[in-house]
Amino acid sequence: MKVIVNGKEVTLEQPTSISNYLKSKGVEPQTVVVEHNYSVPDREKWEEIILNDGDNLEIVKFMGGG
Amino acid sequence: MINQMQERYARHFNLKEIGLEGQEKLRQAKVLVIGAGGLGSPVLYYLAAAGVGTIGIADHDKVSISNLNRQILHTSADIGRKKVESGAEKLLSLNPEISIIMHDMKVTPENIAALLAGYNIVVDATDNFTSRFLISDYCFRLEIPLIEAGVQGFEGIILTIIPGETPCYRCLYPNPPEDRKAFEGLGIVGATAGIFGSLQALEVIKRITGAGKTIAGILVFDGLDGSFRNVKWSQRKDCPLCGQNPTNL
Ligand SMILES: [Zn+2]
Repeated sequence: MKVIVNGKEVTLEQPTSISNYLKSKGVEPQTVVVEHNYSVPDREKWEEIILNDGDNLEIVKFMGGG
Repeated sequence: MINQMQERYARHFNLKEIGLEGQEKLRQAKVLVIGAGGLGSPVLYYLAAAGVGTIGIADHDKVSISNLNRQILHTSADIGRKKVESGAEKLLSLNPEISIIMHDMKVTPENIAALLAGYNIVVDATDNFTSRFLISDYCFRLEIPLIEAGVQGFEGIILTIIPGETPCYRCLYPNPPEDRKAFEGLGIVGATAGIFGSLQALEVIKRITGAGKTIAGILVFDGLDGSFRNVKWSQRKDCPLCGQNPTNL
């Protein structure tokens, strides 16, 4: 199964929730926002949303320094 | 005097996107830069150099030695001085033809509306999420274009927010991170702030002169990877600020 994460093709062994995908990449959920298939799901939905073949995921970090 | 002025901007006049007309628009523009630090330094330098006629600088801080790895508007001799004063001095020495307005203050919900009044464009060059959300909320309500950028380490993001036209800051970040203090004082390479401050200045110049198109969505830079990425972030229908049923923020 292939999904596009931040513009790059990524192969997933099995269907994975957004939360678990972030976990597998060592990303602390509180430090990012995500867009799934061009809409922005609530943070509370990340556990429920399962990434499907061909899905598009954008992960953007909180960056507030200056 | 006219000749000298013409000469200062000679390299703008032969650009079809700026020319004499664009230069006059820059001269008439009033731009507020909030934060005279890592992002604010390049923004302010380039706006002053470009001949933006009125530049407001808002900052409540004083220059400290740990600022100097990135805040190139200030020098070692400025340590202990107010950033607005140190900044104004450099900018006027770069370009004495412009006006600098010093706002020696920290933005708060009480003073922000008065601060923003009269400016055509706002540049958010602050270093914390509390200020960023405050600035974005008020710019949206007052319908002032806002150039947002944030940096961390070798990375950064920029988004140009035109109320009513583009996604807003809360479309990207609906709320501040849970532990916003954890983001303060993180490492920043000065050059990363330099890139994003320069991009912010360019967005301002484009907006004023009408050159090109604004950064649609978000531009994300990963300096360690050496790559820029344009993300077409969507407007959130349920955005707490610009959505169909905005919440009372
Ligand atoms: Zn919004």
